[in-house]
Amino acid sequence: MNAPLTPPSPYSSPSSRSNVETHTLAVLVDNEPGVLARVVGLFSGRGYNIESLTVAEVAHGEHLSRITVVTSGTPETIEQIHHQLERLVPVHKVTDLTVSARSLERELAMVKVRGKGENRNAALQLGEAFRARVVDATTESFIFELTGKPDKIDEFVDLMRPIGLVEVSRTGVAAISRGPEPI
Amino acid sequence: MAKQMTGAEMVVEALKDQGVDLLFGYPGGAVLPIYDVLFHQEKVRHILVRHEQGAAHAAEGYARSSGKPGVLLVTSGPGATNTITGLTDALMDSIPLVCITGQVPTHLIGSDAFQECDTVGITRHCTKHNYLVKSVDDLPRILHEAFYVASNGRPGPVVIDIPKDVQFSTGTYTGPRNVHHKTYQPKLDADNDAIRRAAKMMAAAKRPIFYTGGGVINSGPAASTLLRELVSLTGFPITSTLMGLGAYPGSGPNWLGMLGMHGTFEANNAMHDCDLMIAVGARFDDRITGRLDAFSPGSKKIHIDIDRSSINKNVKVDLPIVGDCAHVLESLVRVWRAEAMHAEKQPLDAWWKKIGEWRERKSLAFRNSDKVIKPQYAVQRLYALTKDRDPYITTEVGQHQMWAAQHYHFDEPNRWMTSGGLGTMGYGLPAAIGAQLAHPKSLVVDIAGEASILMNIQEMSTAIQYRLPVKVFILNNEYMGMVRQWQELLHGGRYSHSYSEALPDFVKLAEAFGAKGIRCSDPADLDRAIQEMIDYDGPVIFDCLVEKNENCFPMIPSGKAHNDMLLADLSDDAGVELGSIIDEKGKMLV
Ligand SMILES: Cc1ncc(C[n+]2csc(CCOP(=O)(O)OP(=O)(O)O)c2C)c(N)n1
Ligand SMILES: [Mg+2]
Repeated sequence: MNAPLTPPSPYSSPSSRSNVETHTLAVLVDNEPGVLARVVGLFSGRGYNIESLTVAEVAHGEHLSRITVVTSGTPETIEQIHHQLERLVPVHKVTDLTVSARSLERELAMVKVRGKGENRNAALQLGEAFRARVVDATTESFIFELTGKPDKIDEFVDLMRPIGLVEVSRTGVAAISRGPEPI
Repeated sequence: MAKQMTGAEMVVEALKDQGVDLLFGYPGGAVLPIYDVLFHQEKVRHILVRHEQGAAHAAEGYARSSGKPGVLLVTSGPGATNTITGLTDALMDSIPLVCITGQVPTHLIGSDAFQECDTVGITRHCTKHNYLVKSVDDLPRILHEAFYVASNGRPGPVVIDIPKDVQFSTGTYTGPRNVHHKTYQPKLDADNDAIRRAAKMMAAAKRPIFYTGGGVINSGPAASTLLRELVSLTGFPITSTLMGLGAYPGSGPNWLGMLGMHGTFEANNAMHDCDLMIAVGARFDDRITGRLDAFSPGSKKIHIDIDRSSINKNVKVDLPIVGDCAHVLESLVRVWRAEAMHAEKQPLDAWWKKIGEWRERKSLAFRNSDKVIKPQYAVQRLYALTKDRDPYITTEVGQHQMWAAQHYHFDEPNRWMTSGGLGTMGYGLPAAIGAQLAHPKSLVVDIAGEASILMNIQEMSTAIQYRLPVKVFILNNEYMGMVRQWQELLHGGRYSHSYSEALPDFVKLAEAFGAKGIRCSDPADLDRAIQEMIDYDGPVIFDCLVEKNENCFPMIPSGKAHNDMLLADLSDDAGVELGSIIDEKGKMLV
């Protein structure tokens, strides 16, 4: 989404992009004003990538919000991002969900498709195959609601394109670790 | 104790409760209620600066020389935006500041009201944390939290933006007791395991070096004492960054001088050739490391820092130790003593012998003159004539700053205040004012350049108003010398806009402010003139006319490694050669 990674110092040789990894970080923050701006500002200010970002309050009484951010970079950059996030004053905890590899990632998308005749049928069939629900329909359009891993949604969207894709609204990734323990 | 009071009263009450005896400020519409409260009390002394940037640097100078957080109070809009450079400076150098800004009333926020600006938005990137206070009920907690956040962990600036209606409204004030921060609890003590491993690595080292930084100073005087103890117990050599000068005495036997871009030959070569580097409260900044892929290639590295994100940021280390310098050093000293540890004598002796050879190069030497004052000589004489007075030294930014770091020596922490990370011209005079207020009886000197000093010269008025006898010692080379040096090295001697044209008469300028002006251009007269400056009971501007074309050496040119330094003797007769020393890639760097 952003420009490619800039090296952390003018003295370092430009980092090779061959070992770029994608990681999902869960960030628990105190839900105070400006905290999201601080997190986003950290990424833009230090030239880190944001591939996906979701945020919502998770415990209303406790003013706790959970930010899930999908980012990419070399392992060193990911480590930096982790610790830079931890350093922000309103941050409770940062967990790299990709490290444990025992996490679930889901995204919700709503996909608007327009078409008549054969295309209409094709859209419906594909929707079924992807277990997408039709949440709105007119004589010339459907809106599908679909939940899954981001690449499943990518795939669905790609298939809809030739059929008559109008627009897509995605939530970004929500992620959680498996098993009984919290992050 | 819970008391009913207005928001404005809470501000001043909280300052008292936090032990603040001094704040720097400049009034305006959006802080008038707070100024009104200040009017009615005497506990918190208000110092009226002449520009809000001055307030921020003065607060920095106060903080760095006293170890207490610096406090400033400014109005909304331009008052707030004028502090940005100072806040950024404090963020880069980890200086604890609490900056209170006025804001337009809550209901006007977002309407482009007169003197409205998005202060929390603008300062988000140059503060450790900031707050917009939306209700008077939050104000006491936020005020106390701000002091906690500014001074704990890696220190830094904190902004509290208080709308005018919040200052007027009444609420319940609570004191600072039991401030328990929900999320921010920096770790002070390191794991015992890590300490043991560090001690073992140290005992096994053959060519060790301590590389220390501003973190040792920030950690408080105990850290410096412990550092000295550890250095003397181990017998290891020690070097420091610009920010860390004074933690280990400049006259100490194990001292190699400052390292980095303008560091000594022995410090940089020892860093390059060591087999164990113990970094304490230093952050491997690019001025220190030079070319990263050639940085100390053969060494194991231990990094002690309170900020986890400083570790492995620029340089990968073998043993990270997250904790406060004083705590970690204390544990290290304890383990080292308890187990009577020591490094093998023979290799350590050989290491010192090697260092001795590097020292022989006398990399700070310069060709003196009896016709014109050499800037290095001026600093040396200033040092000789002031060192016994336990002086506080600040600087501006440029060659004079580096010469001050090289030729003025510091035996105690908190005596040296310079803008390291941001390199802010205009820092020195307000910082000197802050230091002087923290140490009213001490000698405070701003070693300045003729270009830098003009950036905050208005603060002379502040010095006059509060009878602060700060001395501004200008190494006047009629150039933005550091810029001129780089233009000589990198741009074929095309001195584009770096000549200090149309300078004021600094002696008359001093007099216009009500200070004393002294000018000196004769090396033979220098001591007398400096003595006159010291003896004068009041602020002085000393216009020291020095050699105009002197370059600052030694120097690691951009893009070069530690063992690839430019030394002064090389440069003396090599004006032509200099231009070819830095390659095209190096020129891209700053
Ligand atoms: C606010 C600011 N603007 C520009 C610079 C870039 N800069 C670094 S050193 C320097 C020249 C300083 O000249 P002077 O104060 O005369 O010091 P000298 O190098 O001559 O000792 C300049 C312009 C800076 N560091 N800070
Ligand atoms: Mg100059």
